[in-house]
Amino acid sequence: MMNVALIGLGSVGRGVAGMIAKKDLGITITGIADSKSGGMDPNGLDIASLLASKTRKGYCGDKKISASDVIAQADYDALIEVTPTNALTGEPAIGYIKAALIRKKHVVTSNKGPIALAYKELHALAVKKGVALRYEATVAGAIPIMHTLEHGLAGNEILALYGVLNGTCNYILTRMAAEGLTYEQALMEAREMGYAEADPTYDVQGIDAAIKLVILANTIWGNGIRLNDVDRTGIDLLTPDALRLADDEGCTIRLIAEAIPRKHILRVSPRIIEKNHPLVVDGTLNALTLETDMAKEITLIGRGAGSIETASAIIGDLLFIKDRYVQRA
Amino acid sequence: MTGGLVQVSMKLEMKDSPGQLVAALKPISEVGGNIIAVIHQREPDLDEDTLNVQIVLELPEGRLEKLVALLKEQGVRIQRIGEERLLYKRTVILIGHLMHTDLSDTVDQIDSTGFAEVCELAMSMPAVNERSSSRITIKAVSKGDMEAALAILRRVSHQKSLLLIEPLEEIA
Repeated sequence: MMNVALIGLGSVGRGVAGMIAKKDLGITITGIADSKSGGMDPNGLDIASLLASKTRKGYCGDKKISASDVIAQADYDALIEVTPTNALTGEPAIGYIKAALIRKKHVVTSNKGPIALAYKELHALAVKKGVALRYEATVAGAIPIMHTLEHGLAGNEILALYGVLNGTCNYILTRMAAEGLTYEQALMEAREMGYAEADPTYDVQGIDAAIKLVILANTIWGNGIRLNDVDRTGIDLLTPDALRLADDEGCTIRLIAEAIPRKHILRVSPRIIEKNHPLVVDGTLNALTLETDMAKEITLIGRGAGSIETASAIIGDLLFIKDRYVQRA
Repeated sequence: MTGGLVQVSMKLEMKDSPGQLVAALKPISEVGGNIIAVIHQREPDLDEDTLNVQIVLELPEGRLEKLVALLKEQGVRIQRIGEERLLYKRTVILIGHLMHTDLSDTVDQIDSTGFAEVCELAMSMPAVNERSSSRITIKAVSKGDMEAALAILRRVSHQKSLLLIEPLEEIA
């Protein structure tokens, strides 16, 4: 068995808790916290009743117990950190992750802030403490990109990567191309479907895709790049006419994140792309092409968001840690 | 910047005897050419010992005369010859106030380079004060020239606050 503490009970946290409760994975939740409350039990918490009280009251546990208390005191092997992303400071998640690593606990996160802003420091701390820091869920949701890089493509030199990493933008562009909608109309539709936030800036100006590009580039090349190093153009100024002009030539327009170290290219921008190109996926799907020296081109396509889809990535990381590090009777 | 290439197609007539075709093709590599296609024709109304071959090749600019001379030395008759500059084409989309920012100046900044030109322009102007969209195809004689032309277009778009959408380069 492996014990875990779960910090954050938004859509992703509930998905993870639900799947751990439902599936026989050999994982027990011994600590839990949302933004208002927490709970601990070394013998395992009753997930169903905690989730029910979260739905009923808006918080899951005891208001006298904070997330920091759970991280510092609970009996767990791995911390699951799934609080909302703060792209500017990375907090409070950076603090949570550090506190767990210092206790020599493994950490699995879906939170882009800490990995994009403080990867080098957090990675060094994890290495020093002899524990794992894994973040498969930060990029492209359910697509196992980190596992592919680490295992399937081990020994390959990654020469370039191209990705459709933001489902909101891809949905908007798909709808503009298919129905001739204006950007504003497609954005409204995306909001109604729950694919876009009330303030869509972060997605439509390419910031979210750029953050994911930063995470991938640091993971692959360890080059220490930051968000400001990414040359970024969003999709909010696109016109339906532009999509039609591309369509006349058998092409469409997609927001592509691209990193090619040998050409010093690091950018997120709308690009003209042939409709039959493997990166042209519909709706909220994500896609990622890696160009490598041995395997040549590999393209992965899958769901980039969603509660259970993201839980898939987190549980993959947890079971990897369980197999490799954790031996409990 | 690399020099341009020309694409040449020629119809050759030679003796239909062993080794003749190979001998006729040899000068092409001698002048740095690259054979793209060889079409072997056996026309029924020709003498049995005459072979007609159509070839298409790429050649660095300025080498064609030497090739013709070498082919003649081999006893090959050139029946027909056509030459055209080989071109790189890239299509981009520009969005913004294209007319108010002097579209003809934008085009001229490419055309005046002498090594690249706008060869096609499609445009859509929805309403007077709205942003328009245009698709522009640029041709250039070499990859380096194309890169230089795109760099100019990036600079001009930035100056004029136009959104430039470039094609995703083929994965190399």
